[in-house]
Amino acid sequence: MKWAGLAVVVVLLALPAVLGSYAISVFILIFFYAFLGQTWNIVGGYAGQLSIGHAAFVGIGAYTAAILARDAGITPWLGMFVGGALAALLGAVIGYLGFRFGLRGFYFALLTVAFAEIARIVTLNTETTGGALGLYITFTGNPREFQFPNNRPHYYIALALMLLATGVAAWIERRRFGIYLAAIREDEEASEALGVNTFKYKMMAIVVSAFLTGMGGTFYAFYYLSLQPNTVFGIPLSVEIVIRPIVGGAGTLLGPILGSFLLTPLAELSRSYFATGGWTGVHLIAYGMLLIAVVLFAPQGVYPYLRRLLAWRPRG
Amino acid sequence: MDPTLVGQGLLNGILFGGVYSLMAVGLSLIFGVMRVVNFAHGDMMVWGMYIALLLAERAGLDPYLSFIICAALLFLLGALVQRTLVQPIVDAPHEMQILLMLGVALVLENIALVAFGPDPQRVRSPLTMATLWLGPLFIDMARLATFGVAILLTVLLYLFLFRTHFGKTIRAAADNTYGALVIGTDVNRVYVVAFGIGAACVGAAGALVSAFLPFQPASGLSASVASFNIVIIGGMGSLLGAFLGGLLVSVAESMGAVFLSPSLKEIVSFSLLILILLFRPAGLFGRRMG
Repeated sequence: MKWAGLAVVVVLLALPAVLGSYAISVFILIFFYAFLGQTWNIVGGYAGQLSIGHAAFVGIGAYTAAILARDAGITPWLGMFVGGALAALLGAVIGYLGFRFGLRGFYFALLTVAFAEIARIVTLNTETTGGALGLYITFTGNPREFQFPNNRPHYYIALALMLLATGVAAWIERRRFGIYLAAIREDEEASEALGVNTFKYKMMAIVVSAFLTGMGGTFYAFYYLSLQPNTVFGIPLSVEIVIRPIVGGAGTLLGPILGSFLLTPLAELSRSYFATGGWTGVHLIAYGMLLIAVVLFAPQGVYPYLRRLLAWRPRG
Repeated sequence: MDPTLVGQGLLNGILFGGVYSLMAVGLSLIFGVMRVVNFAHGDMMVWGMYIALLLAERAGLDPYLSFIICAALLFLLGALVQRTLVQPIVDAPHEMQILLMLGVALVLENIALVAFGPDPQRVRSPLTMATLWLGPLFIDMARLATFGVAILLTVLLYLFLFRTHFGKTIRAAADNTYGALVIGTDVNRVYVVAFGIGAACVGAAGALVSAFLPFQPASGLSASVASFNIVIIGGMGSLLGAFLGGLLVSVAESMGAVFLSPSLKEIVSFSLLILILLFRPAGLFGRRMG
């Protein structure tokens, strides 16, 4: 398994040499959404706290880095961490309120939605962020400003982000921390009765998750070079973040990556294919149906099936 | 602050509150009976609007008449969604139900996008031309009619649930599903009807606002979120809470528009939501957390 993973990483590292610009851009999205799915997975999958407000962390990270670069000349390479820290702060606030007051399931989900929506409306009505017009970053192609003449560096950064988040998740999974999170997800009362400080571990999970997601915001800002409050803070982005790990297998290490490799190309190809014919919504219909099918027929996601498939192979 | 402006805001808030109440009562009924949160609620509302639009364009029907047809069609849609998709996961964890309903919402929204395009639309009705003056305040006749019909529908639903045998069966199943099963209730039929009625409520609400509220396929999401806010604020599963919550949130939002700015009015309801979640998660009129 370890060798297979290493082989895949080596192949992914070599891939840009043979791929065209469009194929690279599809891979960038696969990696980036796998990264976002993995960061969500820490709190949503392992700890089982359903957040439908992760776009708030992306948005805060994106706007922070963009504004710091524009107004203070601070390189996004640093702004990335400031954005991550601010996102972590928001994550701590949401977590503190949600977990201290014992909100679970739908109630916690709605709390995260409410915070993301408030962030969206505030950004829409703030002048520094460009308000409803959005914030645009001038293209310079200067690596110091997180910009590059072609999209190969973005490929490697997105890949690095995905591996970073997966590394963090793998580290958590093997620690006592990860076991506590699984215990909380399976039965919170029981783990509390056994002496697990559920509040503390849920807080740690959401703060780590928010920090990493916020870092991703910088990538978003300087890859797209334009930020719209309704796009970066909107519920649709939160749903995009949630859907991949769920389809792949929430609370598993490979689930978010698998989900992204399945869904992102599908979304991207059908978007470019159908949008040219004026059928903008078709890929989202397929998306919705897939989500329904996963809940009805594979509530654990695709990953457990894959694992069973791999286990069948006779070893020799 | 100009008292006329405040009075006008208050009036507008109350008038629009009827629609909010109808939306929330539908959501609350579905939740109360099945413990399922209908994330496609707002998209069902948008479908009510588009059906009203089609009926107005093709058959020349005024939305203040066609809302009955919209409600009937949405009843069928709701019943169908319940029977085929929700029924198998009635006992699944909340998270799974949320994801399933998100899937339904995506499908409904984007079928509307493919069918009707992304541009905002509105249904024409002669009622929108008429206004009534009350001293310095004016009442838009369309909004008044919407308020009246919405309240009437809510009262009819109330009478159905409290005065008819089947209505009482629905409430019994909501109160104690197992007990209802024991005395021989066809609980699955109750579920189908309850989901249908919930969808019909929000479908009628959609038709009733289609004459003065521009809509597009993407409007569903914010309508869903607004319904959740109201239901949580009023009290999950409490019909009275949903009804009063609708009026309260609507008035709060229009006061927010008067005192802050129209673009910030949603902040008021989200802040209210957060406060309620933290300090009274059962809602203002609910008994306890479900």
